[in-house]
Amino acid sequence: MNRDEIHKSFLELIRQYVRIPDPSVITESSLLVDDLKVNSTRFVDIILEAEDRFKIEIRDDEMQRFERVGDAIDFICERTVHA
Amino acid sequence: MNRVVITGLGIVAPNAVGLEAFRLALCEGRSGLGFVPQMKELDFGCHVAGIPQISDQTAAAYLGPLLKTTNSSMRYALIASVDCWRDAGLPPPQSDSDVDWSTAAIIGSSLGGLDTAGELVVPETNAGRVRKLGSSAIERVMASCATACVSGLLGLGGQAATNSSACGTGTEAIVNAYWMIREDRIDRVLAGSTEPSSVYAWAGLDSLRVTMRKSNDQPQAASRPLSASAGGLVPAGGAGILMLESLACAQSRRARIYAEVLGGHSNGGGQRNGGSITASNPEGVVRCVKRSLEAAKINPSEVDYINGHLTGTAGDTKEIRCLSAALGRSLAEMPWVNSTKSLIGHGLAASGSMESVATVLQMVHGFLHPSINCEDFHPEIAELAPRVPRVSTPVPCRVALKTSFGFGDVNSCVVFRRWD
Repeated sequence: MNRDEIHKSFLELIRQYVRIPDPSVITESSLLVDDLKVNSTRFVDIILEAEDRFKIEIRDDEMQRFERVGDAIDFICERTVHA
Repeated sequence: MNRVVITGLGIVAPNAVGLEAFRLALCEGRSGLGFVPQMKELDFGCHVAGIPQISDQTAAAYLGPLLKTTNSSMRYALIASVDCWRDAGLPPPQSDSDVDWSTAAIIGSSLGGLDTAGELVVPETNAGRVRKLGSSAIERVMASCATACVSGLLGLGGQAATNSSACGTGTEAIVNAYWMIREDRIDRVLAGSTEPSSVYAWAGLDSLRVTMRKSNDQPQAASRPLSASAGGLVPAGGAGILMLESLACAQSRRARIYAEVLGGHSNGGGQRNGGSITASNPEGVVRCVKRSLEAAKINPSEVDYINGHLTGTAGDTKEIRCLSAALGRSLAEMPWVNSTKSLIGHGLAASGSMESVATVLQMVHGFLHPSINCEDFHPEIAELAPRVPRVSTPVPCRVALKTSFGFGDVNSCVVFRRWD
């Protein structure tokens, strides 16, 4: 998958979890919890779903890379390249 | 001491979801029991159960994103609670609305998270995939899973508690709620119970050989309370929720009132005198009913109708004799008696609350639903037969008892009076 495909797929994933009136305002600089109001309890579900969706593994100490949308996409790109 | 009234009802039952549909199903004597292929495939002795039918459309409308993080007992409780809330005339809850400090939730369950445990937690844990369980595994297996979910959705700030007393749970929740309001500890309580539709919840009962095994080819004839050919209970899932409220609170907001809760009592039989983990001490049952009537200040002769526990097991005749002794009325002089379990099976912890909703609906609408499948009435209690409706019967019941008894030798009884 190229970056655009990963971007599109990751946004599709997190739209299930964001709790804002208009999900079309999501940008790469959006913070999942603070800006997009993702329930912090469900953060782990985003990680697990990303693992399944992109066929990667995300260690517990790598979860902070998912705080911001763009950083998460970058991380998935790096991991899929090295997979 | 506050008077306590019922201002809202919600129901998810095997034969209907929603109040009006449930009233109609009761009136028609419609069974909600069906053949469950999974029970046959898994070599259960009983292949029949009562499973509420919730369409995808209904589930999506009530639950939305909660569909992903709930199990069957939570979904039943959520749907019944939201319906009850609306039926009580309270404003629709918003995610950002203020906390309602005046309303508590007492929603009991016995086996609430067992479907999640059986389908997810146990197999994934045993396979070494704990990290894959996800965020909602714990909230779906904790005993209070349904109460927590409901109180969060409705923003309740009163006590959010989960009682668990086996098949006495639902009626016990109503009794507990009654005393909370009676003693002025809270204005309103969403009271009731819920139980999953899950082979994992029903397997132990099947192994105990207390489920009906002789009617797998005729599911709707399987639940046979008061019948000579009764051969065991038919397991079921569902939820019943009642809004109990102080009379002053209900009147101040001009709420519609269905009935008054006059009193209730819960006790145990100590597993003595014939009582055991699975059987009731008759003396405990009699004392429970008597104490309920005392609390309600009702003379036994005033009782018009009893919605019995009546499971379709050998306990039915024993129960009838205990009720007769508690009321001091011969079998021929007993109030009307029927068994809602003949229509919906045994909802276990949910039975008492689903059957309380049935009791109140019958009182309000002036009819008694048929107790089906007892055409061969048990000869040991033959004198009771004329007091058991076999067809839907117009009866203006004013005072009704709901009785529930459970494993662990526990008893609960609540006294309702129609609001005129």
